[in-house]
Amino acid sequence: MSILVVMEQRAGEWNRMSFETLAAAQQLAGELNTTASAAVLGTGLDALAGELAGKQLEKVYAVEHELLNEYTPDAWSSALRQLIAQAKPDTVLFPHTYQVRDFLPKVATALGKVAVNDVVGHRVDAGELVLVRQLFQGKVNVDVRFTDAAPHFVSLQAGAWRADQLAAGSAAIEKFTPTIAAGEIRTRPQDRFRESARAVDLTAAELIVAVGRGIKEADNIPLVQELADAIGAELAASRPICDAGWLPMERQVGSSGQTVGPKMYMAIGISGAIQHLVGMKGARTIVAINKDPNAPIFEVADYGIVGDLFQVVPALTEAFKKAK
Amino acid sequence: MKIVVAIKQVPARDSQLRIASSGKWIDEEDLTHEINEPDAYALEEGLQLKEKHGGEVVALCFGPSRAAQTIREALAKGADRAIHIEDEDPGAHDPLSAARLMAAALKSEAPDLILTGLQSDDLGYGQTGPILAELLGLPHATIIMEVEKQDGAIRVKRELEDGWFQHVEMPLPALLTIQSGISKLRYATLMGIKKAKTKEIRRVTPAELGTATGAVSIRLDRVYLPERAKQTQLFEGTPAEAAAKLVEKLKFEARVI
Repeated sequence: MSILVVMEQRAGEWNRMSFETLAAAQQLAGELNTTASAAVLGTGLDALAGELAGKQLEKVYAVEHELLNEYTPDAWSSALRQLIAQAKPDTVLFPHTYQVRDFLPKVATALGKVAVNDVVGHRVDAGELVLVRQLFQGKVNVDVRFTDAAPHFVSLQAGAWRADQLAAGSAAIEKFTPTIAAGEIRTRPQDRFRESARAVDLTAAELIVAVGRGIKEADNIPLVQELADAIGAELAASRPICDAGWLPMERQVGSSGQTVGPKMYMAIGISGAIQHLVGMKGARTIVAINKDPNAPIFEVADYGIVGDLFQVVPALTEAFKKAK
Repeated sequence: MKIVVAIKQVPARDSQLRIASSGKWIDEEDLTHEINEPDAYALEEGLQLKEKHGGEVVALCFGPSRAAQTIREALAKGADRAIHIEDEDPGAHDPLSAARLMAAALKSEAPDLILTGLQSDDLGYGQTGPILAELLGLPHATIIMEVEKQDGAIRVKRELEDGWFQHVEMPLPALLTIQSGISKLRYATLMGIKKAKTKEIRRVTPAELGTATGAVSIRLDRVYLPERAKQTQLFEGTPAEAAAKLVEKLKFEARVI
């Protein structure tokens, strides 16, 4: 029942979500009475592998190859299949990053397996791992079990486990050099870029009022802007609002936008899909205004009003003005 | 260019969901259904590529008979024909077994490009695209914002986390999963709706595709409403009353304003 965590790095920098997954692996190893190991793929991995060697792990695999310098699904899939064949883990854990979303289904399929991805929780039932996922944009949960033989592939949602609970220890580093031919790699990635410099830094905002699909039309945005002005808050939005061009992309909160942690986050007409929640659930106080009492945003909200935002928002603007 | 767009029918976005008495799924009886939103953007991208470069758009849908409505809508928007893998219990398949059916249905098609949405709004695995690519031996890229056709190849803009992007080139045939919101969705015209009635829908069953059901790797044990991480204080009354109570709490209890 051994566990292998596949960490994510790029140009020598960790994707921090990897450490949440590492903490989850240590916890699971304890509960399932087994060991956890970690792997990192890339080039020039000495420092990163050395850092992992200071954690409570059985083994650290430094998977090095010049064709792993830049991410491609073909190279990652090839290297991981070879590593899995050698390490023979029962469970392989990944952070649910965009990169993992890109290659994990490919690796699992190549081995005739199905990955259970974007997992938010777990329990051990009679020695068997039961995983919790969200369905319908977070409105419903489901318990999932594997019904076939190992290896089992699992990816964990950002924020579902805490990286600060990592146990220190001492692990042996094993270098693993996969065989990858340049001809196997069919995609050619180019340099990463950002569209434009961000004029608005939502991460520095103390108070944020964010608007979502519930606002219905671009013409209604000023209603929420007035509320933000009355509170002295920055205006932010969920993805669909920015996609529609009703507010600029730099005001987007969520996995593809900014991750914020203000004193107060007020979500107006935002249902609270996972992709949005990961960007704001670190706020100290969360307020939700939504017409649907079952909207997932209420799962993280401290205060809420269930009602029509077109009536509630103007009333709030007035109430904040009076309170000043 | 022959383009296949894999689309799925899901419960409408603002549906009030109830857990089915079996506890294994939601009660879909009295729900309305619609095209999975990310798939609508994949279809739009397919139609735009066809308009620019010529060729054919084939809609591929795995779902029960009611999914025919969603297929008709895709045809009305401009897809040339459709393949409906008809199964009244698609939930009995896991993502791999569903993708195997799709791969089998595409055997005689040899498309240049396969598009689908980045994930479904119901199960949310986001795996169908990359699994199908692996089964068909195609290169793939996920969460795509733009597609530019080149000679025998494509150059795509891939979304990364935290506002980063990257261009990726790959030879055709290939598979892409399309991000929501990358373009404006078209409406079906009256002429399109009329024409759709005469367009071909090839209906096949899993049995006809020779892919047996039952061999699944994962099982959905129990579906339930999530427990709240926090106890939310809800304020009731008229909008003015609720607003006043909320402001008071934010000022004196949470002390954030």
